[in-house]
Amino acid sequence: MKVSMKVNGQLREADVEPRWLLVHVLREKFGLTGTNVGCDTTQCGACTVLMNDMAVKSCNVLAVQADGAEIITIEGLKTDGQYHPLQQAFWDEHGLQCGFCTPGMIMAAVDLLKHEAQPNYAQIRHGIEGNLCRCTGYENIVRAIRQAADKM
Amino acid sequence: MYPAPFEYYAPKSVGEALSLLSQNADAKILAGGHSLLPLMKLRLAQPAALIDIGKITDLYGISDMGNTISLGALTTHHDVEHSGVLRRECPLLPEVASHIGDRQVRNRGTLGGSLAHADPAADYPAAMLALGAHIEVQGTGGKRSISADDLFTGLLQTSLNVNELIVSVRVPKTNAKGQSVAYAKFPHPASRYAIAGVAVWVKLENDQVSDVRVGVTGAADHAQRAKKTEDALKGKALNNDAIAAAAKLAADGLKTLGDVYASADYRAHLVNTLTAQALSAAQARAHGM
Repeated sequence: MKVSMKVNGQLREADVEPRWLLVHVLREKFGLTGTNVGCDTTQCGACTVLMNDMAVKSCNVLAVQADGAEIITIEGLKTDGQYHPLQQAFWDEHGLQCGFCTPGMIMAAVDLLKHEAQPNYAQIRHGIEGNLCRCTGYENIVRAIRQAADKM
Repeated sequence: MYPAPFEYYAPKSVGEALSLLSQNADAKILAGGHSLLPLMKLRLAQPAALIDIGKITDLYGISDMGNTISLGALTTHHDVEHSGVLRRECPLLPEVASHIGDRQVRNRGTLGGSLAHADPAADYPAAMLALGAHIEVQGTGGKRSISADDLFTGLLQTSLNVNELIVSVRVPKTNAKGQSVAYAKFPHPASRYAIAGVAVWVKLENDQVSDVRVGVTGAADHAQRAKKTEDALKGKALNNDAIAAAAKLAADGLKTLGDVYASADYRAHLVNTLTAQALSAAQARAHGM
């Protein structure tokens, strides 16, 4: 089946099997490997992208369900060569250790800050409940999101 | 992980979806896919066809119908949580929705999908029972309305017929003076499913409970009402003593399940405790009004 979607502002098309997942199409058809596959069971959030402006776990969306949608991945956050405030804040606050969860963590945080521009620490923790960091780096992640909120 | 291969259909209308459903014996309806797709990826479900109802625009939206509010089957948990009309007129639903899964799950998962799947640990069933909601379904034979009390029949089982589709859910407005609602939940720390969850709706007249419904989820193979607790409260003042006495009866007769997370006895204990918490929260809100 043919699907087309706007990915990071560019119209992209792919020929897919209905059972293919959005994350596979992003990584293997469109070469956007910034989106990671972690648990592959809709728990860890490493594959989080924005679909029509909402954070979704792309390992649990069929590519055919995303036909016609607008997708933003971690690669699409940078504008005019400048990191998104969340990317910069994760750098500044050392909001990562191994970095595997980071793209998903940042995309979930983008969604969070859209709905709650000035979250407190408890709201940030609730907001990233769908993302797991196995390096146990939550403290700095929460601080990074708080710092980004200040700068946005 | 890929699901096993399947035929994929994306109908544009309910009629088209229903005719596809009757033509494909082993088809499953795909809504948000947040219960079905994980099962398919693990190959616990291998339907021959998926009928993706996501493109049927009639199934979206929250409408004020006067005394009731109608929610399209594809209303996401996020939309329920943030709906202005629900927050004002039927606050139990946004409260319950905010407890479901996580942000990403709430952005995709749907009300109709959750109810049709009837996971024993889902949050909405408790709210549907407490609110006395009606589930509007459509089949090739026409439309009918199923009371929430009659919807959940067993483990992942509902009274929906194989060729029927949930199109909307109708809930009453509960913002009138004297009515109060609350949800108390003990979530699994990783999945956020309810190890047990209790939703209550209480109506007070002259400071006495004139009507009450208590919906329990997570504890047994399907969500059900705690009718002994309801009966014990009716006609009484909603005070701490009445709540404590009534809540002790909540798990009475309930066939609680035991698993690796919680034993059957512990779940029964949780049901009683959460019933007391939910009733106390409803009491506090009623007196705050």
